Amino acid sequence: MITAIVGITFVVSYFIPHFPFNRMDAWFADWFSIIQACAIVLGALNLLKLSAQKVIGKKKDWGYALVIILSFALITIVGLSEGSDYRDPGTGFDWLYVNMFIPLSATMFSILAFFVASASYRAFRARNFEATLLLIAAFFVMIGRVPVGDVITGFMPEGWRLSDLANWIMDYPQTAGQRAIMIGIGLGVVSTSLRVILGIERAHIGSGE
Amino acid sequence: MKFQIFVTLLALSLSVSAQDTPADTNLIDTASDTSLVIVAPVTSLIAIDHNYDKGEIIDLRWVPSIDDQLLDGKVLGYNVYRIVNNGEPDLIAELPPSTTSFQDQDCHLDSVYSYYVAALSESFEANSNRTAPISTEREWLNFDRKWLFLIALIVGGSVILFITAARRGTKLFVRKIAGLEAVDDAVGRATEMGRPILFIPGIRDMDDVQTLAGLTILGRISRVIADYDTRIFMPTSRSLVMTAGRETIKAAYTAAGRPDKYSDDMVTYYTDEQFGYVAAVDGVMVREKPATVFLLGAFFAESLILAETGNYIGAIQIAGTARPAQLPFFIAACDFTLIGEELFAASAYLSGEPMQLGSLKGQDVGKAIAMVVIVAGVIAATIGEAWDVPFMHDVVGWLSGVFSTR
Repeated sequence: MITAIVGITFVVSYFIPHFPFNRMDAWFADWFSIIQACAIVLGALNLLKLSAQKVIGKKKDWGYALVIILSFALITIVGLSEGSDYRDPGTGFDWLYVNMFIPLSATMFSILAFFVASASYRAFRARNFEATLLLIAAFFVMIGRVPVGDVITGFMPEGWRLSDLANWIMDYPQTAGQRAIMIGIGLGVVSTSLRVILGIERAHIGSGE
Repeated sequence: MKFQIFVTLLALSLSVSAQDTPADTNLIDTASDTSLVIVAPVTSLIAIDHNYDKGEIIDLRWVPSIDDQLLDGKVLGYNVYRIVNNGEPDLIAELPPSTTSFQDQDCHLDSVYSYYVAALSESFEANSNRTAPISTEREWLNFDRKWLFLIALIVGGSVILFITAARRGTKLFVRKIAGLEAVDDAVGRATEMGRPILFIPGIRDMDDVQTLAGLTILGRISRVIADYDTRIFMPTSRSLVMTAGRETIKAAYTAAGRPDKYSDDMVTYYTDEQFGYVAAVDGVMVREKPATVFLLGAFFAESLILAETGNYIGAIQIAGTARPAQLPFFIAACDFTLIGEELFAASAYLSGEPMQLGSLKGQDVGKAIAMVVIVAGVIAATIGEAWDVPFMHDVVGWLSGVFSTR
């Protein structure tokens, strides 16, 4: 019932700009933020509980759990001890953030470069007609997006060079395919939303089985 | 007589020149000052309350300065000034030459506004007349979205119609989705290998419909997992998703008659931080070596890191997302990928319930509309461009307006 009321309110508010409908999305967003803020305590406590159980029971890989507990304790204590200005440059919290958190995040993100290479190698193998087509398109897009592409085809008239071909592939076949997917997604969202609003789909709230 | 007329005309012409001379002289004097570039002000400035908004927009339109229309570069731009409740003028926008309209999107219902526009040269600012005072109004219905409302009504109505038809027992055909056909096999593989199943619901919260779709699929998959008596582990990056995931799996285990097999430890929260979450999940993958990995939800840059790690450990992977930018990564790294709408169709497909399948058929009506409009739009745009047919340009403009979400 709550799902249905909230869902219908959102749909209606899209077409009615008048009060109170024009404020509904902001109100619901605020309520969601409040629930979210409360829930994060639940999540953090759960993480600590599981990690503590692992450490106390000396379960497999308990060392990682200990790192979680120590890191959690360190950042919490440092942050709380510095009051409301804990984010200012020069604070201990800021030091931990800049010198530990950011490099660790950047390291994880950097791994992506290697994974792109390995995934591309698999994806671009000419196993069948579609994969060959993908390989050819990818070849032209990649070489057209770097200066050497235009150097190779510099003798050709304007509009017929590799960069133009790369742009054409990106602007037309690629955009058309992506828009087709987007239309399907839009309709899928409508259908899923209706199933949830009408109460036909309830698996996400632990019922409907 | 003729002499009198001549004298009168002479006197009249002298008097006229005597009146004109000072202004002309001023103008010449002023114009002879080379540092000052005089431009004419904009004309016909009007302010109109924007239709069908929340009462926060006023539209301004004007005819540009005649010097701007000559395109001789004298007009460098326009400044828009706003006077609120008869107060002091405030500069609210600096616009380039040739601009003929502006939208003030920072208005309030309880204030009265008037505007003027200044045409700018290198050294001169020619102010227009002020507009009449205006206040905004808030409408009850947004008629700009009437076509969208109609389309939503047709698509929504079709979904409900097909659900009703399915309730009555009408047989509905739904095409096979390879990724979903493989769910039983994937769970069976994990059972045979004695390894766990990893379910990753993406990194967005419960307010994202992709997460919701992922959790509905989780409900169906958990039922199979409970039947097979296999282990499932679900790391989350949002606390609410953790709570919802627990409820979903618990309900599935209860429905399968194995509530005792359920444990809260099946679902855990790690962190909201994107790459912190990736590090944690990658660690789980490498250490636990799950036989099957489901990646269903909203994914961003982490999609390929997770999928490639899954590929590295040799897990069978079924992925699905509604983010087109991440789909190529999943296609490259996973065994099966649910592309866009298939993610949303998955729950209904797996349930096999006629009512759920009816909702999928309703989507097809929306696709039919989209196809007709695309074909009509392509034909109209092609004819309009090739033969310069104004009517076809109008058709394209109208179609664009119909599907506008402004």
